[in-house]
Amino acid sequence: MSAYRKALFDPFFNDNPIALQTLGICSALAITTKLETAVVMSLAVTLVTACSSLAVSLVRNTLPSSIRILGQMTIIASLVILADQFLQAFVYDISKQLSVFVGLIITNCIVLGRTEGFAMKNPPGLSFVDGIGNGLGYSFVLVVVAVFRELLGSGKLFGVTVLPLTTEGGWYTANGLFLLAPSAFILIALFIWALRTCKPEQVED
Amino acid sequence: MFEHYLSIFLTSVFVENLALSFFLGMCTFLAVSQKVNTAAGLGVAVIVVQAITIPVNNLIYRYVLQQGALSWAGLPDVDLTFLGLITYIGVIAAMVQILEMSLDKFVPKLYNALGIFLPLITVNCAILGGSLFMVERGYDFGESVVYGVGSGTGWALAIVGLAGIRERMAYSNVPAGLRGLGITFLTAGLMAMAFMLFSGIEL
Repeated sequence: MSAYRKALFDPFFNDNPIALQTLGICSALAITTKLETAVVMSLAVTLVTACSSLAVSLVRNTLPSSIRILGQMTIIASLVILADQFLQAFVYDISKQLSVFVGLIITNCIVLGRTEGFAMKNPPGLSFVDGIGNGLGYSFVLVVVAVFRELLGSGKLFGVTVLPLTTEGGWYTANGLFLLAPSAFILIALFIWALRTCKPEQVED
Repeated sequence: MFEHYLSIFLTSVFVENLALSFFLGMCTFLAVSQKVNTAAGLGVAVIVVQAITIPVNNLIYRYVLQQGALSWAGLPDVDLTFLGLITYIGVIAAMVQILEMSLDKFVPKLYNALGIFLPLITVNCAILGGSLFMVERGYDFGESVVYGVGSGTGWALAIVGLAGIRERMAYSNVPAGLRGLGITFLTAGLMAMAFMLFSGIEL
């Protein structure tokens, strides 16, 4: 049981995919200008990671090692196409905002990193939980970054005004920089700094 | 005509830099930028792979996947665009494999210099992202060649720049919690801010 708990909760702080394993950073930076897109993207990545870990783990003993990357990519790509079609069918607006980044879940290193690094060596149930855990660890960083960017950049959360903007008669002057590319890098850097101050054993030399 | 191509090239290198304004290929961008030499090798590999895969995917999209593209085969109503993702990643994996084998045979020196980075390019999202942007913007064949070379060059430029800064940073006293990944993120953020100067330029 403890192996399951470890697989589920370790990715949050002890072994965070973004802050420690350097995996899945591209999408973490690109789609965090709004909380809504960040949450949808998190759900998609978590489900794809969990299902592909499960599928890869099921075939791990029959998959020849020479074509294992190809096999994993095919499984992942099929799941991502499912996720993409689902988003286009039910939340078309958000799917438009995410643009190419849904497709890029295929090359999101978290997915391949977990299937290659964990699911190839572990039983299906544990791999599935590990996929969920890493997806949630990734989601956690995404949501934290998105909260700061949307709140400080446009004074809103989930599109609902929290800090009334001066342009609309309120008191908060929006900091447009938070909606632009560089702020995401800097916020994640601060996140890593905070995490490593709490957990000094993660500091690199 | 020439001006149009030049504008696509410059836009993809500076204004819409894949690494610094679309955050593509970040994992390798941050992980493989410790030394200028390796960064430059990887940059060249990315340019070559981009310049091959984007035009090839462009042809596949226009003659096989696009709605009505199969009319030459007598199937005017077939729309295979939903197969796009799996096709592009297949083409990319195959191209990288072919490039690896031909480099090994004809230019073993470059092959040894690139080493592990070549196969890793398959999962570099800048490559797949380039193909997806090409489809989204509806480039024709000529434009896709220019876009492939341009976007690859932009990515290579960014990673060589970051590697240069990181080599210098080896001598500075960084706070413990920021060492390694943290300070690299900050540096990339400042570089992205510098590249923002180009944004909004219409060529």
